[in-house]
Amino acid sequence: MAEVHSKKKNNQITHTSIKGKTISYFIRHIQVFLFTLGTICRSPFASLMTTAVIGIALALPAGLHLILKNFEAVTANWDGAAQISLFLKKDISEEKVQKLTTDIAAMDEIENVSYISADMAMEEFKKHSGFGSSLDALDNNPLPDVLVIKPAIHSSSPEKIQRLMAKFRKNGMVDIAQLDMEWIKRLYSIMDVVRDGIWIAAALLAVAVLLVVGNTIRLDIQNKKEEILINKLIGATDVFIRRPFLYTGFWYGIIGGAIAFTLITVSIFILSDSINNLSGLYGSSFTISGLGISGLFILLITGLGLGLSGSWIAVGRHLKQIEPS
Amino acid sequence: MIQFDNATKRYNEGYEALSQVSFHINPGEMVFLTGHSGAGKSTLLKLVACIEKPTRGQVIVNGVNIGRLWKRSIPYLRRKIGIIFQNHQLLNDRTVFDNVALPMIIQGVSHKEVGRRVRAALDKVGLLSKEKLYPITLSGGEQQRVGIARAIVNKPPIILADEPTGNLDPDLSKEIMELFQIFNQVGVSILIASHDIDLITKMNHRILTLEAGKLIRDGK
Ligand SMILES: Nc1ncnc2c1ncn2[C@@H]1O[C@H](COP(=O)(O)OP(=O)(O)OP(=O)(O)O)[C@@H](O)[C@H]1O
Ligand SMILES: [Mg+2]
Repeated sequence: MAEVHSKKKNNQITHTSIKGKTISYFIRHIQVFLFTLGTICRSPFASLMTTAVIGIALALPAGLHLILKNFEAVTANWDGAAQISLFLKKDISEEKVQKLTTDIAAMDEIENVSYISADMAMEEFKKHSGFGSSLDALDNNPLPDVLVIKPAIHSSSPEKIQRLMAKFRKNGMVDIAQLDMEWIKRLYSIMDVVRDGIWIAAALLAVAVLLVVGNTIRLDIQNKKEEILINKLIGATDVFIRRPFLYTGFWYGIIGGAIAFTLITVSIFILSDSINNLSGLYGSSFTISGLGISGLFILLITGLGLGLSGSWIAVGRHLKQIEPS
Repeated sequence: MIQFDNATKRYNEGYEALSQVSFHINPGEMVFLTGHSGAGKSTLLKLVACIEKPTRGQVIVNGVNIGRLWKRSIPYLRRKIGIIFQNHQLLNDRTVFDNVALPMIIQGVSHKEVGRRVRAALDKVGLLSKEKLYPITLSGGEQQRVGIARAIVNKPPIILADEPTGNLDPDLSKEIMELFQIFNQVGVSILIASHDIDLITKMNHRILTLEAGKLIRDGK
């Protein structure tokens, strides 16, 4: 009789509308979603151990990336700082130098030219060198006239600069044409190395996050071994048993991402004063830029993805080993 | 309902815990399983619940051949079987109510329905007043009855019990057995392993006797 009864019940279940099933499916997910969050909140210290490690591991590459990005913003302003110094030959008349200066200033590739005459240079030198009037002993001024040229932004690419340099060197009045850009080139290639280094660090730390989450979930599974066994014995599917562990990994990841964001934001806040001081000293209006909403979003998504993957790996490996016997 | 055809179970160690066991339990039947310690009682129950698979022969439960059952289908078979263990197997960090609700939670039964059926099950085992307590605060007999409530809450067509009265005093044991009898009267097939010969002979049901893995007696 009970069997007949239960058959009837089963038929009812199969007749339940797809809509009803979908709704109850989502309700079950939301229940587990909130339940796992509750579990994490109920043992904040233990959860913090895992989430803080994830947070730090995410904050490191993200923070380095941010520093690099800010540095790039600063050096982008320096790009135009590539300047060309033309040391002119001796004994060129004042008018010729003036003409050269206006010719160069008229060039499309040039933003501005400043002319430092040998006399002006000498004055400056006297003022700042400390040799003062002892330089008066010199019969004649050994310094050359110099044109300091600042190329326009649109012509500041290395090739264009090189072309400009070649042009200047051909000019008969120019003794030496010197480009002040080597150090920027070096800086850029160092930044390329740093950028690659950050990617490598990020990849390694991502693996570390996977391992940390995986290990935490593995311990979690071991602690709940009894519960898992009982659930399996009373007919829980693997999907059902797996679900809370996956959501736990999901939460660890998201919380870790949020912690990373907080760490970086707080660090920027701490640094901002001294950076403002520094840029003030250099007469720069540079202010450090934070992660912003997109940064927060990327950190959360990355944390979520890593947390979910880490728990997926642990669940796949360890849940199978727990079978009633 | 439960059918064994020359079922043999050999554990890795080599010797046979069950050899060539054949019997048939009809729907609505109540059957006891007895035998000395190590005779293979638990092994037989494990075959029914698909915790182990027969090495040879066939075990058919509720029309399903256990030996051929896909791993993914095992949960759905187990939902048709209420299992009661000697050592209760309750979750100590959950209330009595939550323990009994477990089989319905895993099936996604609606909240309202869960409350109603859990209370009905607790009422049947006489523990309605203790639904908010934790299992550790209950006596052995009460814990056993929580386990029974959990096994019957889904109204399964089959109930398996392994030494359900193992460490209970005679009066309590009798009470538990009578509880099973009540479920049987509404048509549930019941298979109970027990070595309390005195008690089970008094109950006057079919008894399967195992000895060293062989079925040596089948009758009242
Ligand atoms: N997982 C296992 N691996 C190997 N051998 C096992 C396993 N489970 C049981 N056995 C062996 O199978 C035989 C039957 O064991 P089983 O547990 O079925 O006996 P039982 O009749 O339930 O005994 P008891 O009354 O003591 O519970 C025993 O000799 C036991 O050692
Ligand atoms: Mg046993």
